[in-house]
Formats: sequence, C-alpha cells, structure tokens
Amino acid sequence: MNAKGTVFKYGDNVDTDVIIPARYLNSSDPAELATHCMEDIDKEFINKVNKGDIMVANKNFGCGSSREHAPIAIKAAGISCVIAETFARIFYRNSINIGLPIIECPEAAKAIESGDEVEIDFDSGVIKDITKGTSYQGQAFPPFMQKIIKAEGLVNYINNK
Amino acid sequence: MGMTMTQKILAVHAGLDTVTAGQLIEADLDLVLGNDITSPVAIHEMDKMTVKTVFDKDKVALVMDHFIPNKDIKSAEHCKCVREFACKHDITNYFDVGQMGIEHALLPEQGLTVAGDVIIGADSHTCTYGALGAFSTGVGSTDMAAGMATGKAWFKVPSAIKFNIIGKPSKWVSGKDVILHIIGMIGVDGALYKSMEFVGEGLSNLSMDDRFTIANMAIEAGGKNGIFPVDDKAIAYMEEHSKRPYKVYEADADAEYEEEYTIDLSTLEPTIAFPHLPENTKTISEIKEDIVIDQAVIGSCTNGRIDDLRCAAEILKGQKVKKNVRCIVIPATQSIYLQAMEEGLLKIFIEAGAVVSTPTCGPCLGGYMGILAEGERCISTTNRNFVGRMGHVDSEVYLASPAIAAASAITGKISAPAELGL
Ligand code: SF4
Repeated sequence: MNAKGTVFKYGDNVDTDVIIPARYLNSSDPAELATHCMEDIDKEFINKVNKGDIMVANKNFGCGSSREHAPIAIKAAGISCVIAETFARIFYRNSINIGLPIIECPEAAKAIESGDEVEIDFDSGVIKDITKGTSYQGQAFPPFMQKIIKAEGLVNYINNK
Repeated sequence: MGMTMTQKILAVHAGLDTVTAGQLIEADLDLVLGNDITSPVAIHEMDKMTVKTVFDKDKVALVMDHFIPNKDIKSAEHCKCVREFACKHDITNYFDVGQMGIEHALLPEQGLTVAGDVIIGADSHTCTYGALGAFSTGVGSTDMAAGMATGKAWFKVPSAIKFNIIGKPSKWVSGKDVILHIIGMIGVDGALYKSMEFVGEGLSNLSMDDRFTIANMAIEAGGKNGIFPVDDKAIAYMEEHSKRPYKVYEADADAEYEEEYTIDLSTLEPTIAFPHLPENTKTISEIKEDIVIDQAVIGSCTNGRIDDLRCAAEILKGQKVKKNVRCIVIPATQSIYLQAMEEGLLKIFIEAGAVVSTPTCGPCLGGYMGILAEGERCISTTNRNFVGRMGHVDSEVYLASPAIAAASAITGKISAPAELGL
C-alpha cells in the first residue's frame, strides 16, 4: 500500500476544534464535514487539496476533544496520510479506527515542507520526500493494522473477517 | 531488554513473549465499559457490523451514571437505548438507577476489575483500575463497539515513567494531593502516551481509595494508564470484592523508564489546582489571598469513596456550612451511600447544612445537580477544572482533596483543616 501527494504542513498542537469546529458537529456526513476541515487555521485548504494529498504537522496533532469527526473530516477531504512528530492518543486511535493512515516520524515531520511531493510505503514505513530527494524511516503498520486501513476502518475490518 | 508492568500485561494479552515500547499489538480484553453518554454512540456503530452479538455478555459493563436519574428527555432517550441493548444481549453487568454508581468507583467494588486484566472503556477515566494492578485505558466509541463485538482492541505499547513513592503523608494529605502534586510537576501532557508506574515503600502508607484517586487522574497528565504493584492491600481488596482470579505482574528489574521521579509523601502539603488546568497547582501555604467560594462539591469518580466521605465528615462534624455556600456531597455508589448511612456520616453532612445526593456524575461535567452561574467559584474534589466544566464559561473550579473541600465549605474560602483547629 502506498500514498503519494502534495504536502499541507501545519505546526504544533493542532487541536480537533480547528480540524473540525464544534459549530459543524450537528452533521455527521463526512462530505459535509470535509467542507469545513481546517477552515479556522487554513481557509484555502479545502479549495486546494486534491485526492491523495498528505498532511504533515509537528507535535501533539489532534489534541483536545475526542470527537471522531476530526479524522473523518480529514479523510473525506481527500488526505491519504497524516505524518506528525506526535499525535494525541485518542486522535491516533480514532484515525486508525476510521481508516485514516497516520504515521509518527519526528525527522520527516520536521524536515518536510508545504508543497513538497511525498510518497509513503505503508508496508515498509519509508517516507520519501521526492522534491528534496530525502527519505525517512517511519514505523511500518503491522499486518492487522494495514488490514484495518485497507478495509477503510475497524467496523468494515471486523465485518470482513 | 526487560518489560515494565504494563508491557508484561499487554504482552500476555497479545499472546506474545515480549513487547517493546512503540510496538502495535492486538490484545484480548477482559472488560469493555461504556456509560450513558458514550454507549449509545457505540451501539449505533455496532449496528453497522455484521457481528450481531457481544463477544461475552459477562465482559461488557454498561453503567448509567452521568445524567441519571434522567435529567432531561435527551438523557432519558440515551438510557433507554442502552437499556434496550442490555436487555436484548442479556448483558450481565448493566447498572441502572438503584444498582448503579459512578462507573470507576462501581466496577472495582463489584469485583469486575482485578489485577492483570486488560480493560477498555469509552470514558477517559477508565485508567482508574490501575490501582489494582490492571491495565486499563480510555478509548473512543468505535473502539468500544469493536471491543464489544470482538473482545479485542489494538494498542500501541507505551513507554513508562516511574514514580518512586517514599515516606508517610501527614494527617490531611491524601491521594488527591499526591496526584495534583505530580501533575503540577510534569504538566498536563507530561505523561503523553506513557504509563505512569508507581512503586516504592511509601505506597504502603496509601489506602486503596488513595490509589484509586491517583490512578484516576493519570489521564490529567496525558497518561495512557497509571498502575500500582499488587501488594497485600490490593489483594485484600480483591478478595473482599471479587470472585474472579487475579494475576500479579511485576516489572522486570531491567525494565526501561523514560523518566524517574521520587516523591516523598512526608514533604507534601494539601495541594489545590487553580483554574483552568489541573497543572496550575499551589500548596495551601502558597495561597496568600482569600479565595471566597460559592459551592463545595465532595464526590465523583476521583473522590466519592468511603475514605473520602469519612474524611469530610471528620471535618464537618458539629460544624456548619458557611451561609451562602452550597455544600453538595455525592457518595459514588449505592453501597458507599449505605455504608455512609450506617456509619452516621450522612447525618453529620445533613446536620452541617450540606445536601447529600444519590450517586451521579452530576456537577463534575456540568451535567446537573450543582451547575455554577456566571462568576461563581467552586472548590471541588473532581478531576477537571477546564473552562466551563461545571457550568458558565466565566465560573471557576478549584480542584482539591475532600479535607480541603470540607474545611472550605465551613469557612467559605479555600482553607486547610488547620484553620479550624484540626
Ligand atoms: S465523575 Fe466526572 S470524571 Fe468521573 S466519570 Fe463522571 S463525569 Fe467523568
């Protein structure tokens, strides 16, 4: 499994309130949530993002409220993978559970910049910055977790078993 | 390389000989917990699954505690949804009004959590059961649904911070002061992803109720879990409350810890967390100004146990709650309520001018039973003092032990029992 796309880069402590503001939580429709994704810190994100693009951030990504709407909005916006130095714990779980691949890799998270072309191999955990010609070793997903992501989330994964 | 206590429990439940920090594993669960707020969402997720039954009707616990007895129509609908699910699946451990208590006080008391277990709960304070030497942690609703359906959950194996506890605390210092001191020291993300492993000879000076309070607030330091060694006190507790076999795990001598701290209980003072983060701590002697209060809450999954009520009663006995202060006492479970009645504690509270409520989370999360108005201030034995947690966004919550909350209810300002000559 691979992901390849253009990078949108953010800083430390991106919380679930900016990923999807509480005022939109009266909807649980992924497509509708996606239209407001990141709008409080990056109004252009939703206009510029293409299917397969990659989000990169620094420390403690997804902190704050445990709303599952946050990874749902990112995934529905077309993002194929989020790379960060660290993720808040419940965001990490929720992402995998709804089938959004996320990888912790401090070196990659620090070095990669907005607009870089990046390719990720989920089997090996290797992250390639094609623009810069660099590569980083992130943690590979174990087989069962790859299956969850391939199934687009934990509920489907369990249904397929 | 050796394993921590948490890592050993996880390895066994994943069917592996060893695990290392950062490794992703799938582990068998001994218990899956949900409450009246989180269970309806998980039940809805489970409806989407082809698996239509729970993995084990004895290993799911559904506790109606946040907004019950139903505070409004919406909460009544939530409880109804869970009640119907519990009936349909013949869930053994469904706790409704009359049997319930606040989940994290109730489950150990019912003997549903024992040493060596792996437990998930769709509630962040699920980490409480670490006091008994179990691995337990909070998760989201999809995790709870999957856990109920399959009896498994995936985890990233945590690294650990070791807290070496030594010494003996003075009279009015309790578990709450220990954990507030620690959170003040390492911060609200000081233990992000990590286990907080408590060890040391000083633990023998902490009661089980002290340990439940400490493990309960591991999440307030960002921790994945908090865990205690299984000593005579823990074994006595489990033998009194549970019929389930427990299993004792110990950290390897060469286990790796990212950080180590020594806490000397004899040097601790009553500690208070100021608004609006649990890390904003001051010791009682560092508070120079008068902090006048409108309300005192003694209860919650952190401090609504019998030791807590006894401590508050010792201070409130023969005293009167200050005029214009509301003092709300909430025993955490039905059996704590009953015991407090038999010991005469309820009489002491009522004669002092406090109210005693049926078990509920109530004011802790700003649900009901003691919501704050704009500008009001509460001293509370609960665990979170975020903006608006107990009511209006411009109200304030100060976190403290039952001793401080009770003394403050009498004086009308944040006070130590010493101010009352105790
Ligand atoms: S008492 Fe408070 S912290 Fe504990 S479970 Fe209830 S709402 Fe959560």
